[in-house]
Amino acid sequence: MVAKFDLNDDSVVVIVGSGAGGGVLANELAQKGVKVVSIEAGGRYLPEDYINDEWASFQQLAWTDMRTTSGDWRVARDFANLPTWIVKAVGGTSIHWAGASLRFQDHEWKAKTTYGPISDANLLDWPIDTAEMDPWYTKAEHKLGVTRTEDRAGLPPSNNYKVFEAGAKAIGYKDVHTGRMAINSAEFDGRSACQQTGFCFQGCKWGAKWSTAYTDIPRGEATNNLEVRDRCFAVKIEHDDKGKVTGVVYIDADGKQQLQKARVVSVACNAIESPRLLLNSASSMFPDGLANSSGQVGRNYMRHTTGSVYAVFDKPVSMWRGTVMAGYIGDERHHDPNRGFVGGFEFETLSLGLPFTAAFLDPGAWGREFTSALDSYQNMAGLWIVGEDMPRETNRVTLNTDVKDTNGLPVPNVHFDDHPNDNAMRDYAYKKGEEMYRAVGATRVFPTPPYPSTHNLGTNRMSEKPQDGVVNKWGQSHDVANLFVSDGSQFTTGGAENPTLTIVALAIRQADHIAGELSKGNL
Amino acid sequence: MTELRSRGLTRRALLAHAVVAGAAFSIGSGFVAARDAAWALEVTNLKPETMATLIQMARDVYPHDKVADNFYAIAVKGYDTAEDAAAIEAGVAALDAAAQGAGYANYLAVGWESDRVAILKGMENSPFFQTIRGGLVTGLYNQKEVWPIFGYQGESYSQGGYIHRGFDDISWL
Repeated sequence: MVAKFDLNDDSVVVIVGSGAGGGVLANELAQKGVKVVSIEAGGRYLPEDYINDEWASFQQLAWTDMRTTSGDWRVARDFANLPTWIVKAVGGTSIHWAGASLRFQDHEWKAKTTYGPISDANLLDWPIDTAEMDPWYTKAEHKLGVTRTEDRAGLPPSNNYKVFEAGAKAIGYKDVHTGRMAINSAEFDGRSACQQTGFCFQGCKWGAKWSTAYTDIPRGEATNNLEVRDRCFAVKIEHDDKGKVTGVVYIDADGKQQLQKARVVSVACNAIESPRLLLNSASSMFPDGLANSSGQVGRNYMRHTTGSVYAVFDKPVSMWRGTVMAGYIGDERHHDPNRGFVGGFEFETLSLGLPFTAAFLDPGAWGREFTSALDSYQNMAGLWIVGEDMPRETNRVTLNTDVKDTNGLPVPNVHFDDHPNDNAMRDYAYKKGEEMYRAVGATRVFPTPPYPSTHNLGTNRMSEKPQDGVVNKWGQSHDVANLFVSDGSQFTTGGAENPTLTIVALAIRQADHIAGELSKGNL
Repeated sequence: MTELRSRGLTRRALLAHAVVAGAAFSIGSGFVAARDAAWALEVTNLKPETMATLIQMARDVYPHDKVADNFYAIAVKGYDTAEDAAAIEAGVAALDAAAQGAGYANYLAVGWESDRVAILKGMENSPFFQTIRGGLVTGLYNQKEVWPIFGYQGESYSQGGYIHRGFDDISWL
């Protein structure tokens, strides 16, 4: 019997969102005996429900609520109402993520100190560092069953990986392998080993890839301390006249407005919705939005410097067979300004099916230059660039009061201008990616623009000083003691690594802190 | 396509009923068909000439020589609705007008792909062009029957994944 808490039970922790941040926090708290209500906008889908068909899965899982975009990024032109590619479901984007699980590098916790002054960037050092995070990363890697950590083997090399590895080695890269992946190379934690089925982005039908949807969420529920309310959309966080939050207003599955009272509230609904919820919770006491005395809520939106390189060969590759992210190159992840940019990036293999290759290879393109590329789909290999991008105050999530959602609330507008550092890094990475593939015989190479963002970061950032950011080193609001942020929006800077492992490590650490403070009576 | 049989048209009858023969298509009262009668598409809201032009335009936007016309016909047949008809007729009329401006009788009468593409280029920012192009991204490439032409195998879960079906079978590196 799964727990059911009363709307007026003000002893519960309410967590908005059930992905890598919120889902882990919910389970970790529940395991410690803390009562949790999880408010999740999406429905419940388990491996048997996932659809191995790109568009059908997108219809099932993607967050397609109305959003608007602005800025010079190409996404604003090609996908004006789809700035992100994330998930609306119990489990959130942990259903969609590719599984790459890398720790931040030492220097990435100290971007401002390491990189020095960068014009038009709002860099800041994190209030935490490698020494602080190491034990939490170890717990996160254990939870996720990350390959190449502890005694777990790497995944076997696929066709797409073999081309990638041969190209990488041909141009002198050394740190090349099949990745640290939260995808089982052998059965682990009651979940199957990877069967090289592809469609990692569409939810793993074997459960070989870690997702909160079928790990932390059901385990939390099994404690009888966690109630997940799916298809419930949080619209406002309420507070009392002392400035402490008291509950979350949401629209339930039947369209009825409800108020769940709370002792503590955590916001973990991805870096677009989390600042939106805080901004939509403005009151006479907090006229600029909740937790926003710094004015930083919604600002410093980061999405990683990304892009893809696809290459056509004279013989088949069949890149769609097997895990989507099947390889890693770490030789460019360090900081070396001699390359013409600060920060670093990784290369990771990537593949798309034919329908998404048609949609994303060169959005808007038509004619034979484009279609002849698709004619060679079978002979195509692909990789993805993921690098650190510069936080900018002007890259931000704001409320678009001209456009309302189905609940009558202003939709988020996502504004993003590429920083010159982002462009320099991307151009360098395109060139190196092309060199790799040419070195093993590519006949044609496509520098493919970034997709709608899956890594959404920074819009409620962590800072030592209250004037520099939204939350402290525990993800706790500088302004409101019983309000926390538990997703990628708390990232001070983005690092070069896929963010999920860091989100999970922070959530495990935050659960430990919140449970401790609750037991001490400090919250 | 089944439309051919449902109308009771034999291949011979179809060819006999074709009142306009474009370069690529037979166009008759209420239908567009392949010249070899391999398929036929009934139209009820659009003029048959309009549907034939749309099919040709679809191929010119995303030309794949290995993909037969019927897949392009399937990709655009959804525009044959009362709701869309006026906008589509207007868009195709503009396309024909552009072709006439270039000295042809209409779009279908333009013999070379490069000449048709030049006409399309002139209107590529129009809502009509962008609607047709955007619709084709899913309308054409999301037809499962098209995937094998590109070598794409799609889902493998039902067969146990690619782990024993060639995920690592590359031999030329």
